[in-house]
Amino acid sequence: MRIDRDTALQMFRSTDLLELGRMADEARKAVHPGGVVTFVVDRNINYTNVCLNRCRFCAFYRDPDSPEAYVLDEARLFEKIRETIRQGGTQILLQGGLHPELDLSFYTGMLRSIKREFDIHVHGLSPPEIIHIARKSGMTIGKTLQALKEAGLDSIPGGGAEILSDRVREVLSPKKIRASEWLAVMEEAHRAGIKSTATMMFGSVEGDEDIIEHLDAVRTLQDRTGGFTAFIPWSFQPGNTELAREGIAPGVPDTALAPATAVDYLRVLAMSRLYLDNIRNIQASWVTQGLKMAQVALRFGANDFGSTMIEENVVRAAGVSHMVSSEDIVNAIRRAGFSPAQRDTFYNVIRLFRPKPPAA
Amino acid sequence: MIETALKQKILAAERVSSEEAEVLFNDDDIHTLGELAAAVAERKNGRRAYFVLNRHVNPTNICINRCRFCAFSRSKGEEGAFELSVDEILEKMEDSPEGIREVHIVGGLHPDRPFEYYLRLLQALKGRFPGIHIKAFTAVEVDYLSRISGLGLSETLLSLKESGLDAMPGGGAEIFAEGVRRRLCPEKISAQRWLEVHRTAHLCGIRTNATMLYGHLESYADRVEHLLRLRELQDETGGFQAFIPLSYHPRNTDIGGLYPSGLDDLKTIAVSRIVLDNFDHIKAYWIMLGEKLSQVALLFGADDVDGTVIEERITHAAGAMTGEGLAKDQMIHLIRRAGKTPVERDAFYEAVKVHA
Repeated sequence: MRIDRDTALQMFRSTDLLELGRMADEARKAVHPGGVVTFVVDRNINYTNVCLNRCRFCAFYRDPDSPEAYVLDEARLFEKIRETIRQGGTQILLQGGLHPELDLSFYTGMLRSIKREFDIHVHGLSPPEIIHIARKSGMTIGKTLQALKEAGLDSIPGGGAEILSDRVREVLSPKKIRASEWLAVMEEAHRAGIKSTATMMFGSVEGDEDIIEHLDAVRTLQDRTGGFTAFIPWSFQPGNTELAREGIAPGVPDTALAPATAVDYLRVLAMSRLYLDNIRNIQASWVTQGLKMAQVALRFGANDFGSTMIEENVVRAAGVSHMVSSEDIVNAIRRAGFSPAQRDTFYNVIRLFRPKPPAA
Repeated sequence: MIETALKQKILAAERVSSEEAEVLFNDDDIHTLGELAAAVAERKNGRRAYFVLNRHVNPTNICINRCRFCAFSRSKGEEGAFELSVDEILEKMEDSPEGIREVHIVGGLHPDRPFEYYLRLLQALKGRFPGIHIKAFTAVEVDYLSRISGLGLSETLLSLKESGLDAMPGGGAEIFAEGVRRRLCPEKISAQRWLEVHRTAHLCGIRTNATMLYGHLESYADRVEHLLRLRELQDETGGFQAFIPLSYHPRNTDIGGLYPSGLDDLKTIAVSRIVLDNFDHIKAYWIMLGEKLSQVALLFGADDVDGTVIEERITHAAGAMTGEGLAKDQMIHLIRRAGKTPVERDAFYEAVKVHA
């Protein structure tokens, strides 16, 4: 039976975490009975760090006139992709910022050149970027998506969702697209045959009801389109961000910005698995939680370890860095008692690793 | 699936057998295990979760033992070897933030420092910082001090106590199981000797902690044996304060291998809480587990996360991925978010301040 919003809010607030975890674990087992935990080998490529949005929770962006501003040239981009393929990678996660001078032709050009040169899946351009490109080019979202798809865009990451509640977005990222716009881009993308993931960044200034509102918005859209392949909750990392430097607002104590704790993370993760009964895959975020917590997450609703993240600039800019190889990930999954499998972007298993019982 | 009879037994505060302890380790139902351990913890400590404002001091990393799982020790003259004088240690202490209640002192088995150095160190610390408890010297060090001083164990311990020693840490227990211990740390004192040092300390009125290093070469049965031997000694003396399972760190050691999983860490905390029914406290040592996992461990039977820990060096030498100190505010925040009441304690678990 489907959980309604009020029940979800009540569960999220007051159900014992271990009980919530047990229910999420059972829900995960029902969808993935084989005990396989997947991961993708990919590289996060940030084609630019220039961004007009200047989100207060972001430590990565630079203004166009900053000495640290960059746009990757083709040679560097290709080198990164070559390395990815050499390391067994099947996809690149291509994201950047809202650059004031890059329009549709830049993106279609970049996508075409990648596809000409390489056989690799391009998972790229989150909804804020797509809206920015559409506006820059004076085109509709639908036409823009169509053009990007034709040029080689295979799927869209769920970034920029943050919390799908405009009250929260007003504080966090006042210049970023509204919740309805994020959802509208995803809906059009799904209708155009472009699958996507969905994310949620929690642990900043939202309340419990905002988290449930977010889950509900994602579930409702998924009912209509079925285009989300996975849901990825991750926690706000306050290091080096404007929010952390200047506080949320005058008079709001700093402790309100303490990062979401592990207990909060598991609670959100478990609730995500339980509420999103129409999304098959829930990712553990080892990048923000570390490998040990990601292992624990596998018993609190998660069935996927996300990506090996050959390069991750954005979270690292906020002061979080866990150096991890594919082998570490395979071992971590095994040690948690699951069978590791490398997957493609659409969660098809492409390489199954031998399971090993957890040592002890 | 943990059987109902076993569940009821645990909830009725009946003692579990070694077979039952193994069943708990081998069971896959981590959520129920956590709930059972949490119920035991609540019976012992209510909603309280403890932390201490403390610092570490390692007088030397020069050690004649050179255990294969240790990345901290050096031989005399080797690059990176260090030894601190009493004055240098006092200076370090002066630099500590205010409010410190406990200093944790452990170091290598130095080949030629005399027993008097250790007595002088304790006396100097007590003289200068009378309000700070000194928790110092593992059983391995105490055994060594008794050998270099030519005194018996009791005399050694009583001399240390008279000079200012308040309590002893639980290190050096590693894993008691004979075969594994021989492969892990052949130079180290035997399990029997470790237990004897602690028994003697308890008889001398010195309270101690106990540890278990897990996740390297041992089996679940070895872990159970370890816990049961501690439980037995505690029945006899009642001198243990806290049990601290130590999660193995493979980096820079001769044994190598993998980190135990986060699930294994939680399981070990939980089974320890259930089996050690005569221990008041189970510590989720955040330096070893990371602050995230330590916090989760508070829901799996732990009631203590150790301290703010200024200057931890031993675990960091073996690839600890944690920071080297946690601020008091962070500590309080983590505990609160786990739904517990943060209690700042001293070395004897007396409440210094309840942060309700």
